[in-house]
Amino acid sequence: MTDTQTNQAAPPEAVDKSLWQDFRESDFFYAFKRSPVALVSFAVVCILVLSAVFAPLIAPTNPFDPASLNLMNGFTPPLEPNAFTGDAFLMGTDDQGRDVFSTILYGMRISLFVGASAVLFAMVLGITLGLVSGYFGGWTETIIMRVADVQLTFPSILVAMLIFGIAKGFTPVEYRDQMAIWVLILAIGLSDWVQFARVVRGATLVEKSKDYVAAARLIGRSPWAIMLKHILPNALSPVLVIATISLALAIIAEATLSFLGVGAPPTQPSLGTLIRIGQGFLFSGEWWILFFPACTLLALALSVNLLGDWLRDALNPRLR
Amino acid sequence: MTTPVLSIRNLSVEIPTRQGILKPVDRVSYDIAAGEILGVVGESGAGKSMAGNAVIGLLNRPAHIAGGEIRLNGARIDPLEGEEMRRMRGKEIGMIFQDPLTSLNPLLTIGDQLTETMLTHLPIGRKEAEKRAVAALDEVGIPGAKERIDSYPHEFSGGMRQRVVIALALCAEPSLVIADEPTTALDVSVQAQIIALLKRLCRERGTAVMLITHDMGVIAEAADRVAVMYAGRLAELGPVREVLTEPRHPYTHGLMASTPLASQGQTRLHQIPGSMPKLNYMPDGCAFHPRCPRAADKCRTAPAPTLTDGRAACWFPMVTEAAE
Repeated sequence: MTDTQTNQAAPPEAVDKSLWQDFRESDFFYAFKRSPVALVSFAVVCILVLSAVFAPLIAPTNPFDPASLNLMNGFTPPLEPNAFTGDAFLMGTDDQGRDVFSTILYGMRISLFVGASAVLFAMVLGITLGLVSGYFGGWTETIIMRVADVQLTFPSILVAMLIFGIAKGFTPVEYRDQMAIWVLILAIGLSDWVQFARVVRGATLVEKSKDYVAAARLIGRSPWAIMLKHILPNALSPVLVIATISLALAIIAEATLSFLGVGAPPTQPSLGTLIRIGQGFLFSGEWWILFFPACTLLALALSVNLLGDWLRDALNPRLR
Repeated sequence: MTTPVLSIRNLSVEIPTRQGILKPVDRVSYDIAAGEILGVVGESGAGKSMAGNAVIGLLNRPAHIAGGEIRLNGARIDPLEGEEMRRMRGKEIGMIFQDPLTSLNPLLTIGDQLTETMLTHLPIGRKEAEKRAVAALDEVGIPGAKERIDSYPHEFSGGMRQRVVIALALCAEPSLVIADEPTTALDVSVQAQIIALLKRLCRERGTAVMLITHDMGVIAEAADRVAVMYAGRLAELGPVREVLTEPRHPYTHGLMASTPLASQGQTRLHQIPGSMPKLNYMPDGCAFHPRCPRAADKCRTAPAPTLTDGRAACWFPMVTEAAE
């Protein structure tokens, strides 16, 4: 294998290699190519994310433009021409005559945006608190980690609902719908930082005791420079794994909150909101309104989760 | 008389614990002159490294300096704190650690680590720092320094890594280098090279070196003077040749006798009976008396004399016929 060679001997041409070339010859990419689970889930994630990003180009109709809706199209089953207008829809329509396929594409945008932003927020918060508590120790550590422990004793969805409720109380009524998405991000992020903080703290404790950190302290770098430049990069691979798995959990958390009616408002429906709307029609025979959004959520969460699992195995030297 | 680079006077380090106050370093005094290598030897737990850590100000809580003074180039550094301490020790003290595997950051190239140190302390720009980094690697004997500057630590062998660590310790031109067991983690065949390299570089630059080790061979090879530590106290201090050939403290004598000498066809290894007292259970009188073959009543009651006039901290120093 070529990469073991570059690791040991480092022939002069290895220095000029581009990053892309390095990546293609890495063990990581090799393991990725060899894993069907990783390939399939990565492909599914890519397709879903791309179709969410380019929703306005792909979706046949804009479900939030009242002008494009025809109430006569309501409750059209998938792939059957409507009895009145003769229009056919890939995944049918809901009670308002909205194309379910289009609402899914737009809903996925909200779900992914909320999920990714929440994880990013949780990550920044968790990494910072984890680094600080691991590096400084003492009272700082005790307070941060006890708060984390207390929060872990509550189900995270409960924490998110609590934060969501409190935040809603503080937002003026006229802004509530606009703010809902941001409050949702805040709520999910705050309910999810604990894992990051714990993992980063653990890794910081390990790295802190190594001599290169002592050396960096010795040459007089400031604590923040040491934490960010020396410790954080060495603690990053478990963070990456948790971030991926958290993304799946955050998407599900958002869907759960929206399903319970405290998340994304009906004017900006996420997958969870769509499922909530759809379940009202399940027993009257309009199964597609619930079925397709639920399948999309399943595919999205499952593939992100599988990718995270694979990443954990691939980045863990002990499991190789 | 010129001022020594490092001067320690009556340095004590204390660790308060539930069992009382432990003294891993107890009233230790020594000097190191420019260009001189002082070997500090002793068993594990004798306080060698603790004294070194006290000098660089990296004692981990709750250990702290409880008394005495540390002077670097004549100025007291033990009361310094925070920013001042950081600037001073980074500029004036270089550190070589035991394990070259963990003393380099695995995710930064060695060039980055060298330039980081220099940029922090020398009034030079990035270009100049990079040039000096190559020169520094060249000086410690890394072949193809220009190409290797962008390599990561894992691409080097243990011995090569320790050379990089030496370059790193010396690149900011410190006046004192503390080498804490620099060869312990290395292959025997590489040890001699590393010691020779350290010795040559420090001689050339007039850097003072505190060489902490438990290996008498390394001391004999490199040190000018040697300080023998036992249970946190200085047992003997003197020029290396005299201490090794005519030890005066019975402990030093025991240490020397326990050094295996394959060349002399020795079959049984000498050992000092017993083990070093625990810090929370120090015997009265001289700390060494329970293991000392020469112990007398005085040793059991009176604490050993502090090392001031004589070479050994002992009531009844061994004096060989030659010395008499």
